[in-house]
Amino acid sequence: MTSDAAPLLSVSGLERAGIEVPDFALAAGEALAISGPSGSGKSLFLRALADLDPSDGAVALAGADRNSMPAPRWRRQVTYVPAESGWWAERVCDHFEDWDAAAPAAARLGIPAEAGDWSVSRLSTGERQRLALLRALVQGARVLLLDEPTSGLDVEATWAVEARLREFLSDGGAMILVTHDPAQARRLAKRALRFERGVARPERRGQ
Amino acid sequence: MPLIALDYLDLALAATLLLVNAGLSIWLQLGLARDTLIAAARMVVQLGLMGLVLKVLFTLVSPWLTALFALLMVLFAGREAMARQERRLSGWWGYGVGTAAMLAAAAVVTLFALTTQVQPEPWYDPRYAIPLLGMILGNTMTGVALGLHTLTTTASREKGGIEAQLMLGRPRGQALRPVAAAALHTALMPIVNSMAATGLVAIPGMMTGQILSGVDPVEAVKYQTLIMFLIAGGTGFGALTAVLAGAARLTDARHRLRLDRLAAKKG
Repeated sequence: MTSDAAPLLSVSGLERAGIEVPDFALAAGEALAISGPSGSGKSLFLRALADLDPSDGAVALAGADRNSMPAPRWRRQVTYVPAESGWWAERVCDHFEDWDAAAPAAARLGIPAEAGDWSVSRLSTGERQRLALLRALVQGARVLLLDEPTSGLDVEATWAVEARLREFLSDGGAMILVTHDPAQARRLAKRALRFERGVARPERRGQ
Repeated sequence: MPLIALDYLDLALAATLLLVNAGLSIWLQLGLARDTLIAAARMVVQLGLMGLVLKVLFTLVSPWLTALFALLMVLFAGREAMARQERRLSGWWGYGVGTAAMLAAAAVVTLFALTTQVQPEPWYDPRYAIPLLGMILGNTMTGVALGLHTLTTTASREKGGIEAQLMLGRPRGQALRPVAAAALHTALMPIVNSMAATGLVAIPGMMTGQILSGVDPVEAVKYQTLIMFLIAGGTGFGALTAVLAGAARLTDARHRLRLDRLAAKKG
């Protein structure tokens, strides 16, 4: 039931213990910024959208409900990148289907091609963050659910990641971005939600 | 060669070894005396009861009583296997997965041995069925307990890596595969090691028993070899069943990792 008229991501009646979220939809190219104190439900919200924890409600990608497709296919398209990335193999390249193909994209984020042979344990926090984002990008995610994607990065790396994310949006992707930096939220997203003790409300912007 | 029967004085004499140990523990203030003596007393009572029950079973040779006793053994083994896991599945699953796996594996292997290799008359003769089951069950229990213990503790520890794979759209079977493999590896290590060391380091208990009761060593070796194969088979089936069922329970149809299905940590 995919139709061109349907928004890229639509969420209505989302119910999961601990959080309360208004219905919303994101068109291709749109981003939604999320803010709120830690423990206010931001990560629970992103996990529910990625179907990593059980939740009720209608969540659809381009008109196709998530329950109409196997969960792995849903997550390849609606991909959650948590603040603390997980790793399951010894070397960096083992976490990519084809590291050589991903290397040019890695270089744009400031990660050299030889990083593929590095051991995961020697990566810095910032390198992990960028590589985890890259994993989701190279396998063709259409909606990114990003939990503080630049929190461990210096200014230069932050700009590189933001440039890549803007390109992702202009290529027709959509994203939900948890960030503690109001300036970053304004740079990347036109709309915003604020979480307070599990309840999300649209954030009014002064200007 | 006749069997040299023991009288109760012989046992009392052997028990003095324990009393000496307990005395040493008190003298050196090791705090072991109480536990040692309680354990010894438990052993005497439990073995005594076991002897009485077996005597009745062997006289009656009833298929139903034998089956009932075998089932009780499996149920006790299930409790023991559950107690050995640090993080177990919550609710009935914690008991059920291990017990069902042991029941299936031990029943298949014991029935296989009784009907094709040992072939007593009748095939369910408790004199053969119960000791065979006991040996298979004891080892299968260790394998199942180790397998489930490793599965749940490793899955909790490797949560980040497992979920990272799920987030990228890998199916649950692929994401949990290394964890399940590690669990099976740990489960089978004792039996593999014991097969490799048997006959070099120690004479196995059953073979010792047969030799002491006058059986020709070559015949005793044949029995011991059979038993080791049965034990290895039972442990393999049991651990595989338990680990696969446990891994299925730790995930769901939407390929989520469900660590919320583990009971809270003990202690």
